Amino acid sequence: MLEVQNLSMRFGGLLAVDGVNLDVQEREIVSVIGPNGAGKTTVFNCLSGFYTPTGGKILFEGKEVQGKPDYKISRLGMVRTFQHVRLFNQMTVVENLLVAQHRHLNTNLLAGLIKTPNYREREKKSLDRAAYWLNRVGLLDLANRDAGNLAYGQQRRLEIARCMVTEPKLLMLDEPAAGLNPAETKDLNQLIVSLKEDYNVSVLLIEHDMSLVMDISDRITVINQGRPLASGTPAEVRQNDDVIKAYLGEA
Amino acid sequence: MATHNFKHALFCAIVTIIIAYPILGLNLVAQGTTVGLEGATPGTVISVILAAVVVFLFQLFRDNIMTSLGKLPKLNPLSGREPMPQAKRVKMESWVLTGIIVLALFWPFFVSRGSVDLATLVLIYVMLALGLNVVVGLAGLLDLGYVAFYAVGAYTFALLSQYFGFTFWMALPIGALLAALFGLMLGFPVLRLRGDYLAIVTLGFGEIIRILLNNWTAVTGGPNGIGGIPEPTLFGMEFGRRVKEEGNTSFHETFGIAYSGEHKVIFLYLIALVLAVITALVIRRLMRMPVGRAWEALREDEIAARSLGMSRTAVKLSAFTIGAFFAGFAGTVFASKQGFISPESFVFLESAIILAIVVLGGMGSQVGVILAAIAVTILPELAREFSDFRMLVFGAAMVLMMIWRPQGLMPMRRIHIELKQQE
Ligand SMILES: Nc1ncnc2c1ncn2[C@@H]1O[C@H](COP(=O)(O)OP(=O)(O)OP(=O)(O)O)[C@@H](O)[C@H]1O
Ligand SMILES: [Mg+2]
Repeated sequence: MLEVQNLSMRFGGLLAVDGVNLDVQEREIVSVIGPNGAGKTTVFNCLSGFYTPTGGKILFEGKEVQGKPDYKISRLGMVRTFQHVRLFNQMTVVENLLVAQHRHLNTNLLAGLIKTPNYREREKKSLDRAAYWLNRVGLLDLANRDAGNLAYGQQRRLEIARCMVTEPKLLMLDEPAAGLNPAETKDLNQLIVSLKEDYNVSVLLIEHDMSLVMDISDRITVINQGRPLASGTPAEVRQNDDVIKAYLGEA
Repeated sequence: MATHNFKHALFCAIVTIIIAYPILGLNLVAQGTTVGLEGATPGTVISVILAAVVVFLFQLFRDNIMTSLGKLPKLNPLSGREPMPQAKRVKMESWVLTGIIVLALFWPFFVSRGSVDLATLVLIYVMLALGLNVVVGLAGLLDLGYVAFYAVGAYTFALLSQYFGFTFWMALPIGALLAALFGLMLGFPVLRLRGDYLAIVTLGFGEIIRILLNNWTAVTGGPNGIGGIPEPTLFGMEFGRRVKEEGNTSFHETFGIAYSGEHKVIFLYLIALVLAVITALVIRRLMRMPVGRAWEALREDEIAARSLGMSRTAVKLSAFTIGAFFAGFAGTVFASKQGFISPESFVFLESAIILAIVVLGGMGSQVGVILAAIAVTILPELAREFSDFRMLVFGAAMVLMMIWRPQGLMPMRRIHIELKQQE
């Protein structure tokens, strides 16, 4: 469903991403790994429309999307989380999920002002959907708290729930396990697998936690200093000499 | 620390003298055909030196003064209390508001005509401030040309009545919609600008509208303005002594009461009151609708909001347009109240005053904005002798507020949507 060909991104003299190829099929978990500063987040920023790539093609469901504005790409069904959590901190947990459903709501002003039955029904549906996902990520009890007051691991899960209420086809997670304790990482592992198994969502994952990556990925792409280094199944990547060198060299 | 303070204070005092002496002390006087310079009188010199001493002392003890100012809120007996639970707070707020509205309904029948007139002006400012509050307080867009939309509303009514004989009730929706249309047209190109740039462009727009009104003499009458703008009618009943329009009746004859000029003033006040209440209610509702949440989300974290499929332009444009709509409302009422309008009424100072009301009242907070509108309109009237110092007092009040209560008189408290736990 997603195909990235020869993607490159240049910042002035720095070629942060250079000729990266990627593809994600339906119901697949693909991971992007690489040392710090390899250009992983930059790839995400290009895919999600935050940057216009300086070269290459991005095809989502057969259509070229490179250079489209971010909100349009998100509406196509490619939604992302951020390496540094970005919640609406002053809003409550449930309101974060309502904001995300902006498009599913009846945004007709008059309908809202006089509360037509259709408006009420949609509002109720979006509250139900929010409640469903809060329950799914274990935050239902905290629904009416300010999002900014949640613990770090809870904020990460809320960010994923916020993506899921938009009913995406492809979910892009930027280091979702960063800062989580082992138990939380295990929950996250199960959650991501369930997104694929139960909700038919494809997942593109950036992650440094190797055991998580090796465990859940169907395929892995390794990039180093902006250039693609290797790609294949977890077993193949684990045995790849270049990858071992890059990771050992870094350490 | 102390020497640094001393140096700084000395510097400030010297700057005070350098600035104040030529401005206050030196006078240009005509001496025959030439112009001569006259030195300061001893009185001025003394006051300039006195001012410098005050500045010096303030700067020297600045830290102490500021910390004691910071302690002031503790004098407020309510400051330390626990915030009320939301349900209770909302209930109390609506009771208080209902009480105020009921009071406002009956109040004009017991006071003088001048007070009612002033109250109408207050209500116009309340409408303007509530509308600007959407743009600045809720959507976080600094709009310095808001008065342009007010002007559009007022001139729409004035022109429609002059050229096509429109009445107040016909012009009211048209004025508001036309102002909204202007908001839409202006917003489209400028909303991709951020912060300061947006402020400057909107400022320019406000001036363009005013200058256009001033110079398009053939249509707008230029600086002479437009007069003879009709008052509102009540189901075709006019409030004048004699009926001006064919087919209308007059209010006092229909009800068989003696003519009184007060009827008209009170009626206009009641219209302004109803419109202000509608404005407040509509905006209150909008805040809890998807648009309201979108404004807030975009203000809080634009990148996150966009990553969820929210179009920045569309959301900001909606705030801008809705704000402009209510300014158009207010403009129509204003034109009808004055009976005469000219570009004079729509200078930048008006924008600044409306913005000051929003900031003083507490961005985003409705009750705060209403209180501030009352204060800003009525205080200068009460202290007419000081009218020369109006701007000075205004500026001082703003500075003090920013130090002491930067969040405004009554900072906004969000009304959250609660998720009821399912059984
Ligand atoms: N907007 C930008 N302007 C200039 N350089 C940038 C920009 N964004 C990223 N870079 C540079 O691009 C390179 C890749 O950064 P990127 O954030 O994509 O790395 P990463 O693989 O996500 O690293 P990490 O694992 O630490 O998150 C870095 O050298 C970074 O400094
Ligand atoms: Mg990164």
